[in-house]
Parts: sequence; C-alpha cells; structure tokens
Amino acid sequence: MIVVNCPHCGPRNSSDLRPCGEVTSRPDPATASLSEWRTYLYMRENPSGWVTEAWYCRSGCRRYFTIERNTATNETRRSEAS
Amino acid sequence: MARHGYTYSAGKLIKHGLTRGDWPRMWRRPEARSSYDVVIVGGGLHGLATAYYLAADHGMTNIAVLDKGYLGGGGSGRNTAIVRSNYLTPEGVAFYDRSLALYNSMTQELNLNVMFSRRGHLTLAHTDSALRTMHWRAEVNKLQGIDSSVIDPQEVKKEAPSLDISADTRYPILGALFHPPGGIVRHDAVVWGYARAADHLGVHMLQETEVLDILCEGGEGPDGKGTGGRVTGVRTNRGDISAPAVVNCTAGWASLISNMAGVPLPITTHPLQAAVTEPCKVFLPTVVVSGSLHVYVSQTDRGELVFGASVDPVGTYRVNGTLEFTEELAGHVLELMPGISKMRLMRQWSGLCDMTPDYSPVMGTTQVDGYFVDVGWGTYGFKAGPVAGETMAETIATGRDADLIAPFTINRFTEGDLVGEKGAAAVGH
Ligand SMILES: Cc1cc2nc3c(=O)[nH]c(=O)nc-3n(C[C@H](O)[C@H](O)[C@H](O)COP(=O)(O)OP(=O)(O)OC[C@H]3O[C@@H](n4cnc5c(N)ncnc54)[C@H](O)[C@@H]3O)c2cc1C
Ligand SMILES: [Zn+2]
Repeated sequence: MIVVNCPHCGPRNSSDLRPCGEVTSRPDPATASLSEWRTYLYMRENPSGWVTEAWYCRSGCRRYFTIERNTATNETRRSEAS
Repeated sequence: MARHGYTYSAGKLIKHGLTRGDWPRMWRRPEARSSYDVVIVGGGLHGLATAYYLAADHGMTNIAVLDKGYLGGGGSGRNTAIVRSNYLTPEGVAFYDRSLALYNSMTQELNLNVMFSRRGHLTLAHTDSALRTMHWRAEVNKLQGIDSSVIDPQEVKKEAPSLDISADTRYPILGALFHPPGGIVRHDAVVWGYARAADHLGVHMLQETEVLDILCEGGEGPDGKGTGGRVTGVRTNRGDISAPAVVNCTAGWASLISNMAGVPLPITTHPLQAAVTEPCKVFLPTVVVSGSLHVYVSQTDRGELVFGASVDPVGTYRVNGTLEFTEELAGHVLELMPGISKMRLMRQWSGLCDMTPDYSPVMGTTQVDGYFVDVGWGTYGFKAGPVAGETMAETIATGRDADLIAPFTINRFTEGDLVGEKGAAAVGH
C-alpha cells in the first residue's frame, strides 16, 4: 500500500486518490514551438528517486495537490495544496 | 544448423539420462573487451534477440549484451507469455504478426523446445461498446489476413466451457474476439534459446555489468549528450567500454538509460502483477482475457492457472505485491469462472513495465547518432521480442529504420503521429 498525505484530508491509501504524474512546467501556448509543446505533453523524466507529482483527491476533498515521492521506495514528503 | 553449438535431441536426452553426464553450459562467461561494434544494454529477450539477429542475419559478431543482473531477470522472466497478433492498428497487426511467424519456427531455429502452444485467444466483451471494438479489431485483422473473428456466447462456451455465460451475472458475456493462432510460450526457454544461439555465434553476454553512463560527444546538451551528438561508449561498474553503437533494451528502466544519452522518452514505469494457482487437471483450453474486468487467465501445461491484470496505477520502480491486486483479481476471476473458487493461489509477483501514451513501442534511431532505442514495451513486449530483435538488427546494421518499425520511431511524438493501441493492449497483453 502506498500512503499519500492529502494536505486537506490527511494520509490515505493511494487507491483513494488519482495519480496525475510528475509536475512539468507548461510552456506558454502562445509562443511555444511545436516541439516544446509536444515535449511538455509526452516526455517524462521518470526518475528512480524523488519526484514532485500531482494528485487528485478523488474520494475526499476533490482537490488537486502536489507531493514529493521517492519512486524507488514510495516514501512521501512535503504535501502541498495547489 | 550450426547456429547453436551443442545440438539437443532425443538421443542426447537418453544418453545424458543414462550416463548422468553434465550438459554443456548454454553460454560462456567471457571477459569484457575494451571495445565492441555494438553494445546492447539489457539482457532480456529484446537485447538477446537483437544480438542474435545481428550475428545470424548481418554477420556482426563483435557485440556485447550487458545486464546489471542476470539474463532474463527483468520482464522477460516475469511475464505471462501470451502471444497474439490481433491488434487494433494496421501498423501493430503487421508487426506482431511477423513475431508470431518467428515464434512458430523458433523451436527448430534455436534447437530448443520453446513449447509454443497455439491454443487460441479469447477477448471477452461485456458491453456493447466493447463488442463494437471487437468488431473493429476483427475487420482490421481480417484485412491483413489474420485469423480473427467475433463469436457469440454459445461459441465462447464451446471454446472455454468453464466460463459462466449466463445473462444474469454482473458482467454478462455478450461475445468475444476469437483469435485461434494466439497462445502461450515458455518464456524462459525463449530467453535461453536466443542467449545460447547468440553465444555460439560469438556474442559476449556480460552479466552483473551495470551501465552507469552513456558516453557521447558533439551534442547540444551537457557532456556532449543530446540532439546532434554521437555515442562513443558506455561507463559500467566494471570500467568503460567504447562502441560506436549503443542500444537501449532495458524496458522498465528505459528512461534511466535514455536520460544518460540526453534523449528523453515518453515513458513512465509501472509495476504489473501476476499470480499463479496450484496445479489441477487441465480444463481451460484457451487464453481468456476480459478488458472490462481487468483480468486474463491461461492454464499451463503443468495445470497451474496463470492470472494477470492491468498495471498498477501509481508509477514506481518498486516491485512488491499488493492486497488490492489479489482481492480484485480473485473477485473478477470468480465472476468469469465460479467453479474454481476452491483453488488456492501459490505465488504472486510483479515486474516493471515501460508504459507509453499510445500503448505502442518506441523503436529505432534517435536524435543521437549511434544511440538506438527498443523500449516502451509496456505489458505486451514479450510477444514482440523476436520481431523487435530482427528489425532492430536490420536498423543497426543499415543505419536506417526498418520498414516494419518506421511507424514506431520517437519522431511520432514530435510529429503528433501516435499509433493508438490502447483498445487492444491495455489489459490483454
Ligand atoms: C507480470 C507481467 C506479465 C506480462 N505478460 C506479458 C504477456 O503475456 N505477453 C507479452 O507479450 N508481454 C508481457 N509482459 C511484458 C513483457 O514481459 C516485457 O515487455 C518484455 O519482457 C520486455 O523485454 P525486454 O527484453 O525489453 O526487457 P527486460 O526483460 O525487462 O530486460 C531488461 C533488462 O535490462 C537490465 N537493465 C536495467 N538497467 C540496466 C543497467 N543500468 N545496466 C545494465 N542492464 C540493465 C535489467 O536487469 C533487465 O534484465 C508482461 C510483463 C509483466 C511484468
Ligand atoms: Zn483530500
């Protein structure tokens, strides 16, 4: 079981939430080149270690938040409302 | 057939049985050279098959396959060995069907019984929309000469009598996509067969050799990596090895290796779990998949039922089993086959899968000269191993993406030309 701490609802089993993947920086759609936009859409760092990711609290407060998770151990830290 | 060294035969079996003499080792443990023509990272089916076809079809034998663990220790030793070609896109169908053809002649080609059993493959439909997708797949398949058709519940019952086809279940079976040439294969034998044959042709398999970095020059990124660069070799826990060509065949670990060359991938790594029951008398003749119930099952020649599901939703490199998986699996399997409720699960395990947004692989040349990828195999890469090896070997030998893999190159993500296979690959591996 992976425990994820919602900043509003507290610790929950990850199956109560929806993982939304690593947080990437969105280029300005007005000026981004096609390749910058596609990189943003599809390319992922997918590291083995700490990563900042977005979650959706599906069966609790129904809000998005970010958390840091170590993908090698599934420890989590620094949960923040977004 | 001098492709595999020591020939296996019924005569040899009797001789070794009577004399109790040792069988020769299937492959050597060579000392690493300081340079090779091609370095393949990852000693699973894909890396080994690529090495074999480079040697057998293109006469390139100064090749090393590097694995941080042992051969076949990744997904290649953990999968549920389902082989089929009834995909959704014409590109996918052509590609996987070539693999099926290679599986068909593999036992002879590699002189090792891979126990390929073409027992038929059923993908159940429990909803109208699933049935519609089955019809779509069947038509795409038929156009390309693949034996694939939609059958009704009575015909389903004939193929797999243990299935509950009554209309009053929670997920009634409305029909199925039936693919007679699909089946299962002995996955370890496939890995060992390619390793043995490649070894005999002179390929070096270097186990316990972990790639720590890919050495590049001339690229626009740090240390000469990235777009416009060129590969010069790899750094390993046993020292540097120079090579003008490096191939990434590391499946679940693909992003970690590719980032070392400055080539980001559209991949996230997710665990996929599977489980097996105690053996019982053979009663299930076909492979049965249910997309809506996220479950599939086949029975091995030893009588064990092998179950699988879709990937765990949270991306991670940690492979451990979860109770959620076992509970959901048991519930869904019993929905399909209530008769097996007394059977006990023996083992449960998990492996890493490199998932892409369109459920198709990422293959061929990249923006770094000499750096090739054969990744993004998700939950369906075992069946693709032979054709991936064959086409990657051609790509490396000629420097040009082989025709069958042209739709799968990394460029499709910048061109927005994805090959959507989700409808045929999300659960039925
Ligand atoms: C439970 C499960 C069931 C599956 N069922 C099916 C199925 O029924 N049908 C199907 O077609 N597919 C199935 N698959 C998918 C299939 O197993 C994989 O797609 C396939 O085995 C990938 O093979 P590969 O050779 O590319 O990678 P792998 O066999 O995973 O080999 C990659 C190798 O790379 C090595 N490696 C990683 N990092 C490094 C490094 N830094 N240096 C050196 N070596 C490194 C690893 O040790 C590993 O041995 C399943 C997968 C799982 C987990
Ligand atoms: Zn919440």
